[in-house]
Amino acid sequence: MKWFDYAAPASLAEALQLRAAHPQALLLAGGTDLLVQMKNGRRQPDVVIDIKKVPELNALSIDAAGALTLGAAVACHRVYQDAAVRKHWPALAETAEIIGGIQIQGRASIGGNLCNAAPSADSVPLLIAMGGTCRIAGPAGERPLAVEDFCIAPGRNALAAGEMLVSLHIPAPAAHSGVHYLRFIPRNEMDIAVVGVGAQVVLNNGNFQSARIALASVAPTPLFVRAAGDGLAGKPVNEESIQAAAEAAAAAATPITDMRGTAEYRRHLCGVLTLRALEAAIRQAKGSH
Amino acid sequence: MPGKIHVNTTINGEATEFLCEPRQTLLECLRDTLNLTGTKEGCGDGNCGSCTVVMDGRIVTSCLVLGVEAAGARIDTIEGMARGNQLHPLQQSFLEHAALQCGICTPGFLLAARELLENEPDPSEERIRWFLANNLCRCTGYDKIVRAVQDAAKQMREAKA
Repeated sequence: MKWFDYAAPASLAEALQLRAAHPQALLLAGGTDLLVQMKNGRRQPDVVIDIKKVPELNALSIDAAGALTLGAAVACHRVYQDAAVRKHWPALAETAEIIGGIQIQGRASIGGNLCNAAPSADSVPLLIAMGGTCRIAGPAGERPLAVEDFCIAPGRNALAAGEMLVSLHIPAPAAHSGVHYLRFIPRNEMDIAVVGVGAQVVLNNGNFQSARIALASVAPTPLFVRAAGDGLAGKPVNEESIQAAAEAAAAAATPITDMRGTAEYRRHLCGVLTLRALEAAIRQAKGSH
Repeated sequence: MPGKIHVNTTINGEATEFLCEPRQTLLECLRDTLNLTGTKEGCGDGNCGSCTVVMDGRIVTSCLVLGVEAAGARIDTIEGMARGNQLHPLQQSFLEHAALQCGICTPGFLLAARELLENEPDPSEERIRWFLANNLCRCTGYDKIVRAVQDAAKQMREAKA
């Protein structure tokens, strides 16, 4: 790796000062993407700011309204070993368990998965489906941003100069709601999604009250297919409505052909996985109170 | 250009200090500075698990950890696995099952398997294969590795009983 300076600020204010003073600096959380990119020369920061000592970035807490705050540097193992996360956001725990292997999960964070802005990021469709928001801090103060607006191009996110992701906020699960993330990989584990689908449903007396669907690996960014979910609102929960949503999601995808799969195959998978993710979310919603 | 950074850490239970450049990985510091060459470099990008060490009680790939991040941490490497001449039951089991060929992946497999068995004394075969998925063996000896872990688990359970 090229020479860089290392700093490990102990407060958010100090981290923001460093960020402002070094526009070419990069932030280090788990490093499982960043160090790979620095080793292969794709990224060459003059300063690496290790943000793992900043308390706000290590938070994992639930507020009085039942919403989850997930610090941007919280490693995957903390997410899936947390009893409250497993109980209230099981899909988040399950997704944290399939990002990389055990060694990667000991370091990699969900916030880092988002900031890396890969189209294939497993956690991002799920965060979008759950209606997650980002807390972003910068020189001009703080601003919230919906997760679906965070990734703007492959490897590029919406953070402006001097800004950083502090935490992610996931609303409390609604009554009669369910969430699921499903991906297709040719192996059993440790692979990059050929297609991934996150789906959330809220049910009301046998009908969909609302639904949110997002896709991985079928567009330049993780893709929120808002219309596919909105189309379910008010519809009865049955094969026909679910099939229509799956077709709408597949139609909204703009996949490319690469070594992991052809565009045609990916579009087909979008439909199949959307259907299955919706079915799993519905099962969960029917079991919840 | 900044100088080297002085890192105070604990390696295999012993207070240890070393100097490193910020750009050096923990793997480089272990092997090239501290001469702890039991930790191997395979892919260098976190896929193969050859460089697995335990950091604050969790297995990590040391090729994706900066040496400076070891400051204040507890690092355990393969060199600390045996007690003198007394091999860990996993090491003994790997020998008995011939669960290694070239040996490059072995230190990583042993540390990962130890973490599994310390937390889950009686894992299923599926669980063992899942837990060890971040460790690759390119001599393709997985079956013997899994058998060795199962056998060591059994011995460790019996020793405890």
